[in-house]
Amino acid sequence: MSARLNANTESEYPTGFDIEKIRSDFPVLSRKVNGKPLVYLDNGATSQKPLAVIETLDKYYREYNSNIHRGVHTLSEEATTEYEAARKKIKNFINANSTQEIVLTSGTTDAINLVAQSYGRTNIKVDDEIIITEMEHHSNIVPWQLLCEQTGAKLNVVPINDAGEIIVEEFERLLNEKTKIVAIVHISNALGTINPIKEIIDLAHAKNVPVLIDGAQAVPHYKVDVQALDCDFYCFSGHKLFGPTGTGVLFGKQSLLEAMPPWKGGGDMIRTVRFDKSTYNDLPYKFEAGTPHIAGVIGLGAAIDYVSSIGMDAISAYEADLLDYATKALSSIDDLRLIGIAKNKASILSFVMEKIHPHDLGTILDQNGIAIRTGHHCAMPVMERYKIPATARASLALYNTKQEIDLLVDGLNNVKKVFA
Amino acid sequence: MSFDMKDLYQDVIVDHNRSPRNFGKMEDADRLLEGYNPLCGDRLTLYIKFDGDKIDNIQFDGSGCAISVASASLMTDALKGKTKIEADKIFGDFHMLLTDEEPQIDIEKFGKLAALAGVREYPSRIKCASLCWHTLHGLLEETHSAVSTEQL
Repeated sequence: MSARLNANTESEYPTGFDIEKIRSDFPVLSRKVNGKPLVYLDNGATSQKPLAVIETLDKYYREYNSNIHRGVHTLSEEATTEYEAARKKIKNFINANSTQEIVLTSGTTDAINLVAQSYGRTNIKVDDEIIITEMEHHSNIVPWQLLCEQTGAKLNVVPINDAGEIIVEEFERLLNEKTKIVAIVHISNALGTINPIKEIIDLAHAKNVPVLIDGAQAVPHYKVDVQALDCDFYCFSGHKLFGPTGTGVLFGKQSLLEAMPPWKGGGDMIRTVRFDKSTYNDLPYKFEAGTPHIAGVIGLGAAIDYVSSIGMDAISAYEADLLDYATKALSSIDDLRLIGIAKNKASILSFVMEKIHPHDLGTILDQNGIAIRTGHHCAMPVMERYKIPATARASLALYNTKQEIDLLVDGLNNVKKVFA
Repeated sequence: MSFDMKDLYQDVIVDHNRSPRNFGKMEDADRLLEGYNPLCGDRLTLYIKFDGDKIDNIQFDGSGCAISVASASLMTDALKGKTKIEADKIFGDFHMLLTDEEPQIDIEKFGKLAALAGVREYPSRIKCASLCWHTLHGLLEETHSAVSTEQL
């Protein structure tokens, strides 16, 4: 039977967090799927978009669509102003020192590849070492493997324990004078673990090793301060932060970015082009070749305005309460096993059910209007670690509710009936 | 139940998932081939033993969702005693059943295999049902490398 842990009282949410208002800000949440109200629990894959973001895209295309950093005409001036205003919002959002440290990319994957290829190919040589962890997303594994193939460097992997936490002592053991970069996920998309990245950064810096943080799953849920963390690179995606797909951010410390060569060549990243030699633009444009997703970046700025208006701390508190409720509710289901039970955890619940494959579970839940992710979550080494082919994953966001968790539990009980 | 999943998870499928037929490693197989769906991690090995041109025995093992396990179970049941040419014809017809917009085939002749017709309505699950069939195709074509749903 489903557990109902006081889901129907009005005082269940932190004061000042108007969940009904927030839900009404996201048009898609009012649609039905297979005749049932949509219960969207796949925020780890991508988040839904508030009206403010949708209208920002619409306004750009209706009123001032044009290319940036080029034209002298009014539309181009307007687009450039809005685009650069979005960069400033991003800078403030993660508390970077300057907008020169904010490189706009197509997503987290693009940002990591940029660092691997530009920083990596300049600074990492044969027999050097790169440290990642066992819980990385493929996008923080494969770019480093490619770099290792190109340079002859070695990839070292920090193992995780049964709860899904990295073993810091193992990290310290792997860290040595050959280590040239550490790349680690802030929050695991497959396990929900929040990594002790400040500790990792401090340990690495004590040996003069720079650290890249994959923050794709962190930024939508927690206040991130890159100066307080003292990380060297921080990467995230716009689309998981309620912004458009095809947008992303690479924060890099200015001194590092300045010393790095361009990665992609093309328009906008140059100062002068001659056939004998070209010279490159200043930061951050040196890394922004070609026409970017202009509307998307401006939309990402609107998304940041949106979450900032609610407050990241309020969002974190709300989600912590929701996670607690969901963890208890799912744990009450017989034959259900949570994968990833770290002490410090974000609102991601990965689980398997006895004798029921996650794909069957996902299909049946979809018939109830419930959207979850099933599969390996682009983290095959994590699946291997737990000796499972796949998991089902419910990943929560600021607009999810305890009632939706109850519907998930009902849905899972229905799944059990189908296979009973 | 508050919804009807009967179209996809019919009793036949639930039953063949719970107790798959012809399941297990075949020690004296003439040929075996692995099939793999990298998108979901489903993995099966198909074993086959011929008696002349006829399929004398066919078995599978591996792990997967209910649709892929039931499909392999139903497929192996349907193919025992068939010739290679007959098996290839069933493969073609079954493929048509799952993927053609308007399959021009008589569903009656599929017998229990018809239980999988509901997969048509779930495009993301068609690969689950067809993994074992593509692996069979690879076996009959004497393919030596593992079959992946993403190479099809």
